[in-house]
Amino acid sequence: MRPFTYERAESPEQAARAAAETPGARFIAGGTNLIDLMKHGIETPPHLIDVTRIGLDRIEETAEGGLRIGAMVRNADLAADMRVRRDYPVLARALLAGASGQLRNKATTGGNLLQRTRCLYFYDGITPCNKRRPGSGCAAIGGVNRMHVIVGASDHCIATHPSDMAVALSALDARVETVNGGGATRTIALADFYRLPGDRPEQETVLAPGELITAVTLPAPVEGAQLYRKVRDRASYAFALVSIAAIIRREGRAIAEARLAFGGIAPKPWRVEAAEAALTGSDGGRAAADAAADAILADAEGRGENDFKLPLLRRVLATVLGEAMAR
Amino acid sequence: MRYDKPISMTPLDARRIVAQPVDRVDGPAKLSGAATYSYEYHEEVPGAAYGMIVPAAIAKGRIVAIDSAAAEAAEGVLMVMTHRNAPRQGSGGDAAPQLVGSEIAHHGQAVALVVAETFEQARHAAGLVRVDYEREPGRFDLAEAERQARPPRGGEHRMGDFEAAFAASPFAVDVSYTTPDQAHAMMEPHASIARWDGDRLTLWSAQQLPDWSVGDIAATLAMPSEHIRIISRFIGGGFGGKISVYADAILSALAARALGRPVKLALTRQQIFNGTSHRPATIQRLRLGCDAEGRLLAIGHDSVSGNLPGRSFEEGAASQTRLLYAAPNRLIRNRKAVLDLAPAASMRAPGEAAGLLALECALDELAEKAGIDPVEMRVINDTPHDPERGPARPFSSRKLVEALREGQRRFGWERRDPVPCRVRDGRWLVGMGVASAIRENYVVEAKARVRLDGQGRLTVETSMTDIGTGSYTILAQVAAEAMGLPLDAVTVRLGDTRLPRGPGSGGSWGANSAGTAVYDACMALRDMLAQKAGLNSTDARFEGGMMHGGGRSLALAELAGEGVSAEGEMLPGGLTQSYAQASFGAHFAEVGVAIDSGEVRLRRMLGVFAAGRLLNPKTARSQAIGGMVFGVGAALMEANVVDRRHGLFINHDLAEYHVPAHADLPDIDAIFLDEEDDKSTPLKTKGVGELGICGAGAAIANAIHNACGVRVRDYPVTLDKLLDGLPPIG
Repeated sequence: MRPFTYERAESPEQAARAAAETPGARFIAGGTNLIDLMKHGIETPPHLIDVTRIGLDRIEETAEGGLRIGAMVRNADLAADMRVRRDYPVLARALLAGASGQLRNKATTGGNLLQRTRCLYFYDGITPCNKRRPGSGCAAIGGVNRMHVIVGASDHCIATHPSDMAVALSALDARVETVNGGGATRTIALADFYRLPGDRPEQETVLAPGELITAVTLPAPVEGAQLYRKVRDRASYAFALVSIAAIIRREGRAIAEARLAFGGIAPKPWRVEAAEAALTGSDGGRAAADAAADAILADAEGRGENDFKLPLLRRVLATVLGEAMAR
Repeated sequence: MRYDKPISMTPLDARRIVAQPVDRVDGPAKLSGAATYSYEYHEEVPGAAYGMIVPAAIAKGRIVAIDSAAAEAAEGVLMVMTHRNAPRQGSGGDAAPQLVGSEIAHHGQAVALVVAETFEQARHAAGLVRVDYEREPGRFDLAEAERQARPPRGGEHRMGDFEAAFAASPFAVDVSYTTPDQAHAMMEPHASIARWDGDRLTLWSAQQLPDWSVGDIAATLAMPSEHIRIISRFIGGGFGGKISVYADAILSALAARALGRPVKLALTRQQIFNGTSHRPATIQRLRLGCDAEGRLLAIGHDSVSGNLPGRSFEEGAASQTRLLYAAPNRLIRNRKAVLDLAPAASMRAPGEAAGLLALECALDELAEKAGIDPVEMRVINDTPHDPERGPARPFSSRKLVEALREGQRRFGWERRDPVPCRVRDGRWLVGMGVASAIRENYVVEAKARVRLDGQGRLTVETSMTDIGTGSYTILAQVAAEAMGLPLDAVTVRLGDTRLPRGPGSGGSWGANSAGTAVYDACMALRDMLAQKAGLNSTDARFEGGMMHGGGRSLALAELAGEGVSAEGEMLPGGLTQSYAQASFGAHFAEVGVAIDSGEVRLRRMLGVFAAGRLLNPKTARSQAIGGMVFGVGAALMEANVVDRRHGLFINHDLAEYHVPAHADLPDIDAIFLDEEDDKSTPLKTKGVGELGICGAGAAIANAIHNACGVRVRDYPVTLDKLLDGLPPIG
């Protein structure tokens, strides 16, 4: 672990200003991911700005009938919020499918969005990894890649985004609010928040250096059945092989609107418009599920050990839709 | 005592304290943090400097340059030790010498040690040591290395005409199974504090077998064994991972001597995976043949495992097959291949744990072919004696059939549908599986001392360790029962090589061996006390803190006077030659396989065991369940994943090396059948600690097959291996 300096910010603006003043500074909130990475020497920030005392720890109703979730709201509190459980159950379920009770008590909403991949080579610290050491290569390509992406990859990186919460937020069309060192705020649709790896896999989001997430907003609740299904190697405390956040609104026996977001298959929460369109008007049966899966997997590519994710996604999507239609 | 003929009645037969499920005597200390683990002796060893190793970043080759200038200049750094300046060392067992040259034998081997004033400074500076390597190609793939595997040590075990009998068997299977490398994944990392007083070394160190470790360390440091003291009072799990001596002990000792100051050194979790030992992967071929009634005609079991060049350990995964089932024609062989991965070593039930994963599934496959119920298949092939030696060598006790029958009844085996895919619960396909458990019984030499003071308190002393198993508790029970004292009048002191030499923790021999030594010491003490009172010891009765006899009752406290002590020992005799000895059991598992994803979740599991007299049914049950949890892990998730290009286990933390979480263990229980085995020890005990894992994973794999019809022969059984074979959905 590299030595670093530390300061505690009193407000979001002050935190962002401090970050702008110290190149390479990182915000620290729950620290459930950053501290691990610092111990391994994978993250080596010279300066930490503690944002746990800057407020932003409320969940408030918005004028539009949605929710504004402060960036410091803990994952456990967010999952337990009655409004979230009632109106956005896909989010509560995704949160509870992630990590462990202890981690959820510490982890924050903003930090969860920014958690880094669990690619074994990223964590290894020794083998080549373009995300960890840009330009060094990707050991996962041709290596142990059972957990890795089947869509959205580049020749430089095939790592997945590990968040469950972000998958649900993607299905909910959430937006991310930020402030920068100059005090300017902006709102970014979650769909635009993450970058694909391309040739710069170390750049994972569109956030500018020192830009601080202040909140995540949810639009007014949508009708329909909300499900989160996470397929994993053990019953708890394991990252998704494939996860599906589904919001399915029916009219009669037909699907009026479908939203599907996928985890475990891509460098970011994955939505495919054509797949959702394929379901609209359908009965959500096996043929419709296959058509949706075809759209999602059109450009999918297994890397050997993760080939199974293609049939896995297809099968699980079919049962998720079946459950949604049975609601 | 030399134990060479079965004992008759003993004072322990009263079972007032022994065989009772008393709470752990060290429970409150552990709960309150008063139990001190090796890294935590802050008060006894003030002012220790902190060490951190630098692990090798290649698997095979050599160091061509080391630049430690930046590390040496870093704040707080006291020294950087590399092969250039490390003291010369002797040869002391498999793992002991450190920083002995530029050669790299495996990933994670220590190439430097940094010592600093604080842990953080040491860790930072360790990251500043630059090492340049020259890589050489290594052997990382067991399947490839198998071709060069050397012939079996000590010959193969043949009986009858295996090949002909197998070929002529009406029903036969010829199948290959693989088991992966596995990590011990104990809670406490390898950790040591070293302090020198002149030429005497004290090591507070997590060592399962501290007296063996003293020998290895003495040879390595080229000093007399008598000058080394190891203290291992509490050990946070070992499972075999702390049997050999690793970098923490040797390097803390070398650095402490060089600095003239105590040094503490713990390995990080990540360093443990590639830098210490593991259970090696196996490839096993099973050839089993039976007649129409299910009677085995031929048993063939071949296993191969790997280890570094020159290492003696091999995974004897075929060995238990010599004792488990009857069959007139047999061929059983273990082979060893050379690999350049981290050292292979014992992990809980070496041999059986991996071997039964293959044997017990292959037997299920044969039972299915022959149309025999899997429980009946095992009952039919039971044997009352060592199958190779015949009736001349009967089992000392063997309740395999009773365990199968009891489990069958309690588990509701009759509800099992032999045809896969017919039992559904929502999206789950449900199945049941069974497997036999066997673990060979070991008894080794051990010594102990007991001291009775004028207050009537008894102190038991032996260098035996408690690695979380309950040694403190059971030894207190044995002594209390033998002396007729209440449990709280007994204090047990363990884990210090200045005490009489105990057996250490390994091979499930601790209770047998240390327990007998304590018993023997107590019997000697009884003789002494009786003599003091002018009685024949056979006329003395010890009860309630009193000695009764000759019409008198005397308080032990009074009899002790200024204090009286006695020593005892266990010297195993020939009983393991004349009797085959093992603990037995049967596992029953019910699993669900998600029809869409292939996810496997355990629904319930029962182990029924017979392991001689249980000194403490509560700690024994915990041990059995702990072993079964290991089996769940082995069946479903545990694997050190080898990157065959870089030659290392790439999932080297507990987020990615999966062991079962609580959610994976919904309903798991273990029960024991009444049994006493006077051929094993005068306590009438047999080994308990490893029995629970033996066969547990196979019962789960068999349940998976019964649930969904897919037979995976490549452990662990993860969903990607099941998907292709699952029935179509919806």
